[in-house]
Amino acid sequence: MSQSDGAASPARVSQRDDAASPTPAGERGPVSYHGQPVLKEPVWSWEIPCYLFTGGLAGASAGVAYGAGVRGWETLSRRAWLTASAAIAVSPPLLISDLGRPERFFNMLRVFKVTSPMSVGSWILSLSGATISVAAFHDWTGRLPRPAAVARPLAAVSGLALSTYTAALLTNTAVPVWHEARRTLPFVFGAGAAVSAGGACAAATPVDCAGGARRLAIGAAAAELAVTQLMERRLQMHEEVYRSGRAALFSRVSRGCLVAGAALMGARGAASRRAAVAAGALLCAGGLATRWSVFEAGKQSAADPRYVVEPQRRRLDG
Amino acid sequence: MKLSVEQWPAAYGEDAKPRKGFFTDTSICIGCKACEVACKEWNQVPPEIEGFSGHSYDNSRSLGANRWRHVAFIEQRLPADTNEGASLVQAAERGAAVDAGLASYQEGEGMRWLMASDVCKHCTHAACLEVCPTGALFRTEFGTVVVQEDVCNGCGYCVPACPFGVIDQREDDGRVWKCTLCYDRLKDDMEPACAHACPTDSIQFGDLGELRERADARVQRLRSEGQDRAHLYLADSDDGVGGAGAFFLLLDEPEVYGLPPDPVDPVRDLGSIWTATAAAAVALGVGLAAAIVGGRK
Repeated sequence: MSQSDGAASPARVSQRDDAASPTPAGERGPVSYHGQPVLKEPVWSWEIPCYLFTGGLAGASAGVAYGAGVRGWETLSRRAWLTASAAIAVSPPLLISDLGRPERFFNMLRVFKVTSPMSVGSWILSLSGATISVAAFHDWTGRLPRPAAVARPLAAVSGLALSTYTAALLTNTAVPVWHEARRTLPFVFGAGAAVSAGGACAAATPVDCAGGARRLAIGAAAAELAVTQLMERRLQMHEEVYRSGRAALFSRVSRGCLVAGAALMGARGAASRRAAVAAGALLCAGGLATRWSVFEAGKQSAADPRYVVEPQRRRLDG
Repeated sequence: MKLSVEQWPAAYGEDAKPRKGFFTDTSICIGCKACEVACKEWNQVPPEIEGFSGHSYDNSRSLGANRWRHVAFIEQRLPADTNEGASLVQAAERGAAVDAGLASYQEGEGMRWLMASDVCKHCTHAACLEVCPTGALFRTEFGTVVVQEDVCNGCGYCVPACPFGVIDQREDDGRVWKCTLCYDRLKDDMEPACAHACPTDSIQFGDLGELRERADARVQRLRSEGQDRAHLYLADSDDGVGGAGAFFLLLDEPEVYGLPPDPVDPVRDLGSIWTATAAAAVALGVGLAAAIVGGRK
């Protein structure tokens, strides 16, 4: 499906893998078999990075909505439930359309497996979808007050899981750049969820009611930049994946959008709704670009046999 | 080297069978590709022609949704004569081996061919099976790992989970496919098609415990005859995938054959993965609370 993306990358084939000049036996052999990848690239397409974004946006917006409701900030709470329900509404269609057999999407709820973050996530998404829908429905229509009273805190809590489980999904694979980020990627995705929720809710709410969303957006953007930096530094040799190809491009776009969005939100977000909308859009773009960069990094990492073989060889050689 | 084979799960009760597997002895593979053909024929695996690769005699390149056996070809340069660093004794031995018909002229001239038939490893700790969200991938009564094609919805999670890059999604079909160790033939007490077709018994099928003993004896013998790099790959229950149902005798490092040298089931780190995820969820909750609950409107 997407194998050609990696094949086009010039960095893929190691210098030592030239099939025309056989390697002397007895020396350390080539690091790969004719430059072929050891792993299969993820077959997921554009829907998945989009869902990584919309899932986080929905989950963290539910938290904003619940928190604002508790504080009695009705305008922010209402706009945040609206944001959450829009984001959660597009999430299942994105996931279903990426399936090889979309008509069988319901098989996701055949079992519950803790060893499969995708299985756990299907249940989290179901719970978030149901609770956010009920809460938002009550908010618009005033109906179902009792179910909504139960749904609101549940939506806020399941939203935290919805915002972060996708990191477990990616790191629970053999793809080196994902698996080696298993302690930091959840924080990148959690901060990204807060950035997009803060940005979107600040954009959707009149400025005099949006102070909480602005604070969240600015603080989370700073956190996102910091934890992404930390993740890349701790990846050691795999850090170079984020310095090449499309992963690097999306990573640069992400940093630029986050810095510009946070600066604009801080400088003008409280004074001008237009500035708040522009800043919110930049922050959402930054959150999406971060996810996309991680997604592309996984493909690049799987396509290059060096990233698989070299760390394993070092481990064996002690 | 541990030869113990994991006890077969009690899930099957009296229906459980001894664990079956493959021992692929690459030292006697002649690169005939009969295994690739037999597998395609028996399992009705669709053709996938990728053209001339330039990778020695290998034009099928790798395992995939439409290739459940794959023969690798590696050409290596050995120090053949004294100009290239071989000792006089080595050069003389090589010449004698060619004269006696024990080595090919190519070997005499310093070319070493490695050929190896690769296949799904049917791991003891199988990441594909563990991450499958639908239960389409399951463990059979023979201890093998099989996809139920009437359940798979093509989510693709198993594809990047496999540390060997075996399982893949079939385009235009949408589902994932891989070696079943001929589950249908096993049920009728027949050996898998590839093993049946192999003319040199490079692919041996049987009970895993017995195969491991046989492989151990074979590797001892090769080493005693000077093949000091001969070793078994995935025959150790303590390795990163808990040993595999399909294991190999290799004459060089695994990466030379396109195999990961120290593969690990990624699900082994599930504890730290869920712990970090839970910590991030809590941190997100604290951040939300700080921004919303802790501040002014």
